Amino acid sequence: MNWGSAAEFFAMGGYGFYVWGSFAVTAACLLAEPLLVRARQRRALEQVRAGTGGDAGRHAGGHETAA
Amino acid sequence: MSLYHYASPQHFYPLAGRMVPWFAWLAAVSAALGLWIGFFVAPTDAQQGEAYRIIFVHVPASWLSMFLYLVMAGWAGLGLVLNTRLSSMMAQALAPTGALFAFLSLWSGALWGRPTWGTYWVWDARLTSELVLFFLYLGYMALNAAIEDPRRADKASGLLALVGVVNVPIIYFSVQWWNTLHQGASVSLTRAPSMAAAMLAGMLAMAFAFWMYSFAVSLARVRAIILEREAHLDWARDLRGVKR
Repeated sequence: MNWGSAAEFFAMGGYGFYVWGSFAVTAACLLAEPLLVRARQRRALEQVRAGTGGDAGRHAGGHETAA
Repeated sequence: MSLYHYASPQHFYPLAGRMVPWFAWLAAVSAALGLWIGFFVAPTDAQQGEAYRIIFVHVPASWLSMFLYLVMAGWAGLGLVLNTRLSSMMAQALAPTGALFAFLSLWSGALWGRPTWGTYWVWDARLTSELVLFFLYLGYMALNAAIEDPRRADKASGLLALVGVVNVPIIYFSVQWWNTLHQGASVSLTRAPSMAAAMLAGMLAMAFAFWMYSFAVSLARVRAIILEREAHLDWARDLRGVKR
């Protein structure tokens, strides 16, 4: 075990900002991406239902970042 | 039933849907293992103290950013040669995830560079070529989005993806070819790893987790892409969850 206490763990030997900055942003991205993909999947199903999708209408909202 | 059966988007769609949860679980379990090893088993580094623990996201993210590019270009190339719809869709599904890992590689690298080199960024060969990789992903995605006709978009962006492949060996060998701040490879196939066994185990577990994550998320994304492009076809309209 490397850490005597929780405070020591979070301090990361004085490098907390750098270590947690790396891990937090990575975690946030890897949690956000599946949510964006799920939203895109829902939109795609919605397009199929509405009959607006397909190759002709691919710009009707096919991207995860698009509103 | 052959592989060709699944080369059709219609048949690949349900198969991908069945694979996603498996890869997602593998990713979650190996990430938990990797984080546990990385924070609680791997010892403090003699030179860098705790700052080195950034390695557990930095190296796997960097590997995946390069690996996914090769896979993406492979699918794009297959799409160009065989003119198969699904190949180009796979390439498109991989691009955002590859771009994300390239970004995370640069981000975690900057946060690692500051305490160890004294700077967040330096225009050195390794860092610059990784930045180029990030822009290649973005360029590929932008080109795809900019061309209205999807088959033409597949061709143009596929060509861009293939040309960009030249950058991957440049990234990989940059630390040998040029004088750079970035350290050499910690792990290589030709010699024993230059790090403690627990550090290596944590890094490999995290790399495996990111790899499985990439499978899961790009298979989920390719399903959305398939639907977007084939929404006008009967099979899509007959899907469960579409009919009410």
